[in-house]
Amino acid sequence: MNATVNAVNTDPEPAVAPPFWLLAELTYRCPLHCPFCYNPVNFAAIKAELSTDDWIRVLREARELGSVQCGFSGGEPLGRDDLEILIREAHALGYYTNLLTSGVGLTEKRIAEFKRGGLDHIQLSFQDTTKQTNDFLSSTKTFDLKRKAAELIHKYDFEMVMNCVVHRLNIDHIDKIIEFALEIGAGYLELANAQYYSWALMNVDQLLPTREQVQRAEEVTQQYRERIGNRMRLLFVVPDYYETRPKRCVNGWGTTLFAVTPDGTAVPCHTARMLPGLKFPNVREMSVRDIWYHSEGFNHFRGTRWMQEPCRSCDERFSCLGGCRCQAYMLTRDVNAADPVCDKSPHHAVVTDMVARANQPRDPDAPRKPLVFRGAEESLAHGHDA
Amino acid sequence: MAKIEGPPAESPVTAASIPAIGHGFRLQWEKAQNAHVLLYAEGMVTLNGSAGAILSQCDGRKSAAEIAAELQHTYNQPDLGDDVLAFLRIAIDNKWVQLQ
Repeated sequence: MNATVNAVNTDPEPAVAPPFWLLAELTYRCPLHCPFCYNPVNFAAIKAELSTDDWIRVLREARELGSVQCGFSGGEPLGRDDLEILIREAHALGYYTNLLTSGVGLTEKRIAEFKRGGLDHIQLSFQDTTKQTNDFLSSTKTFDLKRKAAELIHKYDFEMVMNCVVHRLNIDHIDKIIEFALEIGAGYLELANAQYYSWALMNVDQLLPTREQVQRAEEVTQQYRERIGNRMRLLFVVPDYYETRPKRCVNGWGTTLFAVTPDGTAVPCHTARMLPGLKFPNVREMSVRDIWYHSEGFNHFRGTRWMQEPCRSCDERFSCLGGCRCQAYMLTRDVNAADPVCDKSPHHAVVTDMVARANQPRDPDAPRKPLVFRGAEESLAHGHDA
Repeated sequence: MAKIEGPPAESPVTAASIPAIGHGFRLQWEKAQNAHVLLYAEGMVTLNGSAGAILSQCDGRKSAAEIAAELQHTYNQPDLGDDVLAFLRIAIDNKWVQLQ
């Protein structure tokens, strides 16, 4: 018997279905400074935003391919004054249209126009509007702003959906977050632990909660579920680093998501532009169809044929598809490595070390590394090392 | 100990009920799926032929009995009343449909 590993991967070529989701990241501009933002750390160097006409063409081309869900995000998408036009166009093309916003800049005039244009859904994110993350739950400014946005969302008959990024500094107050979501009449609350990319990775030691914090927060969430029943659905997403099997990258690279970044670079996942050696086309130069079906950037990690060991011969490779490429690259500097969240990865210790650091007792009086908040200045200062 | 749940509440749908597509859902024909689909926040249900045919009639004006009559006529079928009611019960449980 031949003991060497077969050099040719014989897994079948994956069948390529149309992109289900078109994510239009309209702008990297944002009035907030979240230290867990997934936008590229060097966002401030990326300036040339697509024009309204470019976006309309992208919407049409992706819809022709069969996309049905369209998300407008950013940055803060309300920063684009053509958002009304884009929503109207997307609705007319037959998309289910979603707006992902912090609510900063949401006025009655604008939401009324969104409604008229056919906007289907608003997801309101809940986070600080100031740099005082540590006490953002006591910041009346945050609550007032979200209350106002929530009133408008109710008044214009959108379902109230909230998303809150959870991390070490707010996870112990998860009950207050749930209470607030109930108070403003949310039908659905997503409590998503931060994922450690971009800005969040720079801040991982300050943001990664302890195991005990995660367990407590899950318990509190479960108690609320039992207490409130159907009044509000609650989703709690555990931090990746506390798992031993990785998640699929956006449901599988090049299977579901077609994301367009503010300058027109098209990517199969939100953070893929950090990956070295892969060329991602720009929608100014290539049609959505050609990008989806024929570009190297979208084809490279489709399916399982790109894999190396331990993924290549792993019997779970079709379920996780090797996990997240960005996480593999960030933590091992090898884009083809197994996602080190997986305990079969030879690099798994990188993750367990971070978890161990997070779970070490901390002297409350010891000087702490300051959080790096997302901002233009910080972007220019840190952009090169991300 | 596992929580013991009672039987699901009986959906109050009758032949006189007037169904409409549920809040937050959108019904449309999708060429790529060659089927009617229901779109909702971040998701999609691809419908089989009869589900698509019934939901296409749920316009918030016609009663379940009128919908059944319409489909009997269109597809030249005998009495579909029970089938329509059975499907509407599932659709209401999934919030695809709400009664007017």
